[in-house]
Amino acid sequence: MSGKPIQIGTPNDAIAAGIGMVHQHFMLVQNFTVVENVILGAEGEALLGSSIAKARAELVRLEKEYGLEVNPNAIIEELPVGLQQRVEILKALYRGAEILILDEPTGVLTPAEADHLFRILAQLKDEGKTIVLITHKLREIMAITDNVSVMRQGQMVATRKTAETTVEELAELMVGRRVLLQVEKGAAKPGEFKLSVKNLTVKDSRGVTMVNDVSFDVRAGEIVGIAGVAGNGQSELLETIAGIRRAESGTVMLDGKPIDVTGLADPGELRDRGLAHVPEDRHYVGLVLPFEEYENSILGYHDHKQYLRGPFLDIEAIRADAREKIEKYDIRPANERLKTANFSGGNQQKIVLAREMEKDPGVLVVGQPTRGVDVGAIEFIHKRLIDMRDAGKAVLLVSVELDEIRSLSDRILVMFDGRIVGERDGEASEGELGLLMAGVEQQEAAE
Amino acid sequence: MVEGAFGGGRNIAYTLYYSTSFIFTGLAVAVAFHGGLFNIGGEGQAYVGGLGVALVCLTFDSILPWWLTFPLAILGAAAIGAAWAFIPAYLQAKRGSHIVITTIMFNFIAASLMVYLLVGVLKPTGSMAPQTRTFLDGGQLPKLNWLMEAFGFTVRSSPFNISFLLALLCAFLVWLLIWRTKLGYEIRTQGFSPKAARYAGIGEARIIIITMMISGALAGMMALNPVMGDQNRLQLDFVTGAGFVGIAVALMGRSHPAGIVPAAILFGMLYQGGAELAFEMPAISRDMIVIIQGLVILFAGALEHMFRPSVQALFASLSPKSMGVTAARQGDA
Amino acid sequence: MEFFNTLVVILDSTIRLSIPLLLACLAGLYSERSGIFDIGLEGKMLAGAFAAGAAAAVYGSAWYGLGAAILVSGFLALVHGFASITHRGNQIVSGVAINFIAAGSTIILGQAWFSQGGRTPSLGGDSRFGAITLPFAEAVRDVPVVGYVYYELISGQSILAYFAFFMVFATWWVLFRTRFGLRLRAVGENPAAVDTAGISVTWLRYRAVLITGALCGVAGTYLALTQNAGFVKDMTAGRGFIALAALIFAKWRPVPAMFACLLFGFLDALAIRLQGTPLPLVGRVPVQFFQALPYVLTVILLAGFIGKAIPPRAGGVPYVKER
Repeated sequence: MSGKPIQIGTPNDAIAAGIGMVHQHFMLVQNFTVVENVILGAEGEALLGSSIAKARAELVRLEKEYGLEVNPNAIIEELPVGLQQRVEILKALYRGAEILILDEPTGVLTPAEADHLFRILAQLKDEGKTIVLITHKLREIMAITDNVSVMRQGQMVATRKTAETTVEELAELMVGRRVLLQVEKGAAKPGEFKLSVKNLTVKDSRGVTMVNDVSFDVRAGEIVGIAGVAGNGQSELLETIAGIRRAESGTVMLDGKPIDVTGLADPGELRDRGLAHVPEDRHYVGLVLPFEEYENSILGYHDHKQYLRGPFLDIEAIRADAREKIEKYDIRPANERLKTANFSGGNQQKIVLAREMEKDPGVLVVGQPTRGVDVGAIEFIHKRLIDMRDAGKAVLLVSVELDEIRSLSDRILVMFDGRIVGERDGEASEGELGLLMAGVEQQEAAE
Repeated sequence: MVEGAFGGGRNIAYTLYYSTSFIFTGLAVAVAFHGGLFNIGGEGQAYVGGLGVALVCLTFDSILPWWLTFPLAILGAAAIGAAWAFIPAYLQAKRGSHIVITTIMFNFIAASLMVYLLVGVLKPTGSMAPQTRTFLDGGQLPKLNWLMEAFGFTVRSSPFNISFLLALLCAFLVWLLIWRTKLGYEIRTQGFSPKAARYAGIGEARIIIITMMISGALAGMMALNPVMGDQNRLQLDFVTGAGFVGIAVALMGRSHPAGIVPAAILFGMLYQGGAELAFEMPAISRDMIVIIQGLVILFAGALEHMFRPSVQALFASLSPKSMGVTAARQGDA
Repeated sequence: MEFFNTLVVILDSTIRLSIPLLLACLAGLYSERSGIFDIGLEGKMLAGAFAAGAAAAVYGSAWYGLGAAILVSGFLALVHGFASITHRGNQIVSGVAINFIAAGSTIILGQAWFSQGGRTPSLGGDSRFGAITLPFAEAVRDVPVVGYVYYELISGQSILAYFAFFMVFATWWVLFRTRFGLRLRAVGENPAAVDTAGISVTWLRYRAVLITGALCGVAGTYLALTQNAGFVKDMTAGRGFIALAALIFAKWRPVPAMFACLLFGFLDALAIRLQGTPLPLVGRVPVQFFQALPYVLTVILLAGFIGKAIPPRAGGVPYVKER
């Protein structure tokens, strides 16, 4: 630090050295107030009274200085994520951080919130603070950084001055080879209506409306992408269609016949009706990590006759089937007896995709198909999704990666705050979609 | 102590008699573990299971031979044990009350219920002791002394009886259930990841209830061994902690029948050896076993991670490249 | 007046029966608020009771008994901490283990040292915590209602009883007014937040389980040196589990914990009072019904009214620091 070597063994050493960290997953106590979270670990003395008073005063000062407005008495879990992140920054500043490290800070933010964040960061920079921004979004790098270092597989592979580099160069450094950002695909030939959602409303366990009066159709032979910043109801929409979550009201029709979404539809029955689901969370939903690979290759289809002999599992049939999928989807290592947890993210995702696609479903709903997946697997997965479409399947794709939505979708629906705020074709520009994702209405944008 | 447990046919027979009970309760705990449930209620389920055995025996012992009473008694013990586990399971599945707490409460409730029944209802008129009448021949299980004698041991009298074979059969059936059936697959999925189970269309409530009822049935069947196989009457506190020993047995056997049977025999050995010791040194009694049981649960269960790193380090020093495979194998267990 | 006197007697016995529950319940509160489930309250209380009975018998002083109880129960708490904090073991399994170790070793040691079938010798005088008569109790006992209640209920309890009620408010104060309390509540909700704030999760949780151990020791002391005149084997008789139920009832908050324990104590007192007494309409009720009633009610209440009680979010989950 400042030319002197320091030892960092514990978070305390880092804090003492003036390093503050804003984690991707916020390190906040959900049922504490803002001020309680800010003073946690920096209380000063054994009794809370005076440290709380001091923190309040300090929060007012920071608010004035940087525009970091937040109600000190608000309970964290009742705050929107943008404000929760602000509390994280306040925590770091309250501890006198000179170096602020932010890990993927914009993943949960709307473009407007992200802009606000960047303004704050710029101001902190002007105050003489050092900002370290960890992100995979190259536009952010280009927009606000002065220097950029590229990390690949745990190693720093390059350091550049931002002004002297290009997006293309950085992308190449990141992946180690040229990436096809654009997916090759022909024109869609939409057929009959496969999935029809009408006036669907979903509330979460706290009673907060997550999906608000949503209607749309997906036809055979098209990919419909749902864009939006994480947490705007896409996950809940997906889970409701797949029968995992109960809807408040509305209807969902699969091949013209209703799915009991307001009761509790049985995901097993939906699979039999030709609806396959690649869930957003493969670690805890799509897979059982302690299972051997072949056991996961039938998850959800374990009651299909071909895998059973009476009440017993037909182990040989299941393993043979698993080996077939391993070969077809190039899953590595090619060992169906290996514990699923020992596969890489990309191969785990392929296990899920192989399982869901190989049953030849009429409708495929997919959430975050390439999250935490290496570049090679991304290409493979994208190509598979296009193949599904070309084979006349209806594909509903939810992703927070706008690039993915744009390169795969034939039609794009944008979700904001539980509503579908716009529909565009696959050629829509990033800026246009970005505005919709930020909840900026069309007229406002025009004005 | 070892001689007490294994010296001579009689001692081996006693060891296996105790082991029989522990196989049942160990399997009961293990099945629940696979479903992600902790059934501390084995003690109570076994206790009320005795009621099922006794009711069948008291009803049929004068009219049916033992080999007809036995299957009925199995059904009775399993049914009442399962029913006793059903309520905590239902409450967990539908009302979200914690199964550990409710099964503990049900142990206490079972104890009160059985005292009430034995003191008031089931006691023959004129008798002072809180127990049922002695079952006739139709309610008594044959001993397995001939089996011991086939191995060249001489056994004059021991409580070792045919329910031992039933216990071994149950161990095989549990293996079949957990690793080879659709239901077992669903139970394991639910146990590892409730969210994945929901995604796969596996009804959580159904699995919790079925798993606990299987667990309760196994615990209930433990009662066959002492009630029908040895004492031939229903007595107060005949379970004597076997339900709790099952926790230690299941942990030690890593919830696998192939581990549970030897673990149960080890505990049977401790019980029999301890009982032998108690004659020679009165200061050391059955309570010693309770401590050992606690230590086993502590070291095999709660402190299992303490030893694993050293085991892994050992493997690593032998063959660095095999580590990945080793880790994978360990995860299976 | 007859009814009033009966009521006061029942309430007095309610308080006496509630104290060990309350101390154990508050003990559990510290551990569970820090994210460490503890179903070993029963065992720690039992070991504490034995240590209290044994030390008081040997040294003839109740205070030595109390000290020994806190030490022994604290040691078992450390074992629980070692298993569930340091080695990230299953907390329920560890609790079960401690209950067995306590149940077996108290009898074995009691038999080895005192040869009275697992009992400790009967105690009297200074080796027990007897009743303390508060100022003016004698003077006001004849004042109707208020004076009588003061004399019968408030005065004449053991010093440990006053300590238990004091601890209710002390716990509230510690939890919500001190740095330690803030961190304790935080570590049970989100240990990662505590860790990244530069606070040791391990040390914080160890302190919590040590407090749990100490308070269980006091609870055991009350059983052995106030409620009884010495240790009797298995004398906790499930109180540790009832205390746990009370803690869930109270949703892990100190003042509601007091009311929950008083409720269970009241049920117990009522059961004792009604034993063998024919009730109107139903007639004689078997004594086992009353013995089972607290457990049945606990199950019913658990299922019905507090099915939604949310435990500390990180409860039962070992904290694994990423490396």
